[in-house]
Amino acid sequence: MIFGFSIAFLLTAALTVAGALAAALLKNLVHCALSLTVTFAGLALLYLQLDAQFAGFAQILVYIGAVAILVVFAILLTRGAGIAEYRGFSSSWLLGLSIAAATFALLGWAVIKSLPAETEASAAPAVTVQSIGAALMSSYVLPLEIVAVLLTVALIGAVIVAMPEPRTRKSGAESGGGQ
Amino acid sequence: MIVCSASLMASWLAQDQAPNFTAAYHGGPSWIVQILWLIPAIPMLAAGLIALLKQSQRNLAAGLAIGSLGVSLLLAIRAFTHVLSVWGQGGVAREVVSFNWIELGATHLQLGWILDPLAAIMLVMVSFVGLLIFVYATGYMAHDENFTRFFCFLSLFAGAMLGVIIANSLLLLFMCWEIVGLTSYLLIGFWYQKPSAAAAAKKAFLTTRIGDIFFLLGIVWLFAQTGTMLFYNHGAGAMEPVALAALLSQPAALGLTAAGAIGLLIFAGAAGKSGQLPLHVWLPDAMEGPTPVSALIHAATMVAAGVYLIARVYPLMSAGATAGGTTVSLTVVAWIGALTALFGALVAVAQNDIKRILAYSTVSQLGYMMVGLATGGVAVGMFHLITHAFFKALLFLGAGSVIHGCHEEQDIRRMGGLGKIMPVTFLTYAVGMLALSGFPIFFSGFWSKDAIIGAAHAWPVSEGPFVLLLIGALLTAFYMTRQVGYVFFGSWRGPSHSHAHESPLVMTLPLSILAVFAIGLGVLGTPAWPWFTSFIESKRLLVDMHGFSEPGLVPLMGFAVVLVLLGLGAGWWLYMQKAVQRPATAPVHHHQQEHGDEPQHRPGDIVDVLESSAPIIWKWLANRLYFDELYAATVLRWYAALAWLSDWLDRRVWGGTVAAIAKGFRGLGWANKAIDSQWIDGTFDKGCEELVTGGGLLAWLQAGRTSRYLRVLALGVLVLAGLELVVGAMSGQVRP
Amino acid sequence: MTPLAAFLIVAALVFAIGLAISLTRRNAILVLIGIELMLNAANLNLIAFWRFGPHSSGHGDGLTGMMFAIFSIAVAAAEAAVGLGLVITYHRHAKTTDLDAMTRMKG
Repeated sequence: MIFGFSIAFLLTAALTVAGALAAALLKNLVHCALSLTVTFAGLALLYLQLDAQFAGFAQILVYIGAVAILVVFAILLTRGAGIAEYRGFSSSWLLGLSIAAATFALLGWAVIKSLPAETEASAAPAVTVQSIGAALMSSYVLPLEIVAVLLTVALIGAVIVAMPEPRTRKSGAESGGGQ
Repeated sequence: MIVCSASLMASWLAQDQAPNFTAAYHGGPSWIVQILWLIPAIPMLAAGLIALLKQSQRNLAAGLAIGSLGVSLLLAIRAFTHVLSVWGQGGVAREVVSFNWIELGATHLQLGWILDPLAAIMLVMVSFVGLLIFVYATGYMAHDENFTRFFCFLSLFAGAMLGVIIANSLLLLFMCWEIVGLTSYLLIGFWYQKPSAAAAAKKAFLTTRIGDIFFLLGIVWLFAQTGTMLFYNHGAGAMEPVALAALLSQPAALGLTAAGAIGLLIFAGAAGKSGQLPLHVWLPDAMEGPTPVSALIHAATMVAAGVYLIARVYPLMSAGATAGGTTVSLTVVAWIGALTALFGALVAVAQNDIKRILAYSTVSQLGYMMVGLATGGVAVGMFHLITHAFFKALLFLGAGSVIHGCHEEQDIRRMGGLGKIMPVTFLTYAVGMLALSGFPIFFSGFWSKDAIIGAAHAWPVSEGPFVLLLIGALLTAFYMTRQVGYVFFGSWRGPSHSHAHESPLVMTLPLSILAVFAIGLGVLGTPAWPWFTSFIESKRLLVDMHGFSEPGLVPLMGFAVVLVLLGLGAGWWLYMQKAVQRPATAPVHHHQQEHGDEPQHRPGDIVDVLESSAPIIWKWLANRLYFDELYAATVLRWYAALAWLSDWLDRRVWGGTVAAIAKGFRGLGWANKAIDSQWIDGTFDKGCEELVTGGGLLAWLQAGRTSRYLRVLALGVLVLAGLELVVGAMSGQVRP
Repeated sequence: MTPLAAFLIVAALVFAIGLAISLTRRNAILVLIGIELMLNAANLNLIAFWRFGPHSSGHGDGLTGMMFAIFSIAVAAAEAAVGLGLVITYHRHAKTTDLDAMTRMKG
């Protein structure tokens, strides 16, 4: 127990933040995607520490198993013909960084300033998959259905958006990008 | 009509309470009264079905029409026997079914039907005579190409007429009355390609319409005063003492009570339908229709509807009469009836068209019926109506047989000697003629007409109608004998190349049946055995041979007989004894028969004996006392002037106003355009330019760089969140 | 048990780093990565508050925080799919994923 925190927590927290920093700083896109995966994993471990086992495994399944893979695919599909990212940072990086720092400062201040008197956790809640399922089917049935529709729509939308267009003669009017 | 009947049935079926019945006995409604509505409904339904048939399906059409009327006849007979049995047991046989049709706020419009002796006897008469005429028409119209349409209209007419008879509600009666008028129009103008037929149909419709307007006024007034249009409704009906007392106590204009005024208004409607003076002008012209139509509608049934209406509202007409006096309405009815009787008989003397003679005879006899109603009561008038229906239908059908046999010739001056060629027609026609003239003892017309004459003699108000009726009786015998002499006696005066022939059985059989009735019905109304009167008035029947010994009765009857024989004798002397011959000199051509003004003298036509001896009087009578010309000169001319005025108003005044308004709007439009193009466009265009400039300025902000957008977004959220936290901290929500 | 504040600080840190990625990197896909990081940080917040909050079976049977997070995961996945599809399409047209080069929306 270092500084009152458990070893497990410190390690996972460090892993998470390190992964995030790596994603921010690395130049190779694929490395960024992989460090993102590490961050996701760290977060999953944090969920497990918070006795949210279902959320943790959902995080692994969805984020690591789907979103990260998707990001990797996207990176691989959008590789330029030999053009590497030589300058990964935009010209006004300082402004962005300062905004992010200000955000962290604000959030941190808010957290510190609103420490509750009681900081210890109560007993671990008895959450089973069955209770989650029952909740999904009773109290949360509407959000469930809406999310189902949303996922369907997003799936169809993504497919349509990313579908290669049939070759037409006036493809010149559509391409561009204001170089 | 479909909508109406559907709504009727729907409302009747949807009644919460059962329709109220009045049963004279047993306490329960009799089934025949419950299904009484079928009697008019079945022929109407048949009419609807026939309307869907093709013109070639003649047999089916005729079968439907005759079958439906036959069913109605059976039901009518059943109803009649029912009423008979009730009467025989001494009860008052009046049964009523009524139901609510339309709700108007707190009141209801009610419809319903009634079965009492009056309705029962009329039902049997109308359906029986109608059935015979339907059968006759299948033969008469056999060569006509519009056979199916004819039977459709006939069926509809039969249904509507039966509806008028059983109606217990003035509203229902009026509705069926109008349908009767409509079918009369359709049937008179059946051969609509003939301009004279179309004009006659229009004339009939418009003339009866004038009567109907007054009728409707009477109905509305009655409804407003009494709140009901039902005749009988357990004491709450319009013909029952409570309502009548209310009407009597209401004064109207000219010293009349409401009862009297309404009675007169209703009589106006009856006068139109029954061809009383001065609304008689349509009836002779209505002979343009086919002869079965003339027989059915203008002899036996439709014209009788007016008489029936007066009989129905008789309690209203006679309300307030003291013993030894009578009401204003009935006085008016009697006088108009008497004048009509004389007028019709006078004009009939000088007519040369076989159907027109009969038409004016009908006008005259309807006058007799009205006098009978007014002076003697319902039974007297109705008895003559029943007997007249039979012998007048017989006469018309006989005339049709003659016309058919003479190949559509209708002028009696061009007939002659048909007695030998068409024996059955001659015999039956003779029976009808004698019945109409009032030949004593054996013929029904004698008894019914004598009853009327006796009642007119006993009328306390005046002897005027009595005298007029006597003259009319004389003339009736005279002109009928003249007609028979022209048609059946002497030698053939028609075109030499055409020969007459007897009509087929389908036409002569109804003639024979009607002839039997023309003779036999007389027994129903003799003074010794007043069956008819007792039946109608629901009294006990007393066979009383001493009925003949009533003071003054036999001498009166004798006097009437003398007059009749006088008329018959004069006719025989002038037209039969010296047989009417064709003048040997002039050749005879076969002209297209024209129906129009009389007299038309074509070369070769004979000149009537009377015509040569009193030409001026003859001309006046032959031209129907110039009634039509009078109307044309006055009413029609005034109406045409009104129409011209309307047209002028419409074109000049209203049209001018509209044109002026239109010009005003055009000016407004021009001004609008000027304002628009000068000011509004100017200002608006300026404003748009400003917007474009401003937009250009704002667009400069959009550099199109996503990262910049993101940054601005993040910065904005940060600032907001920061503000919120700071404010929260300051107000104590966030602990320092 | 680690205190709630620790988790919240970690979440804030990850959030800030995600924001920084979105605002400073030039590649469009990295912007999306940043967005995913921000969403994850929010999820962590939710779960942390859920764990340290009351678990009575009132609203939603005491599972509100976790359910929220689970739904958020689902929505984020959908959003990632669409967003990456957009980037791929854009790349097909413009042959680049450089954010600074995407200035077609310039007014």
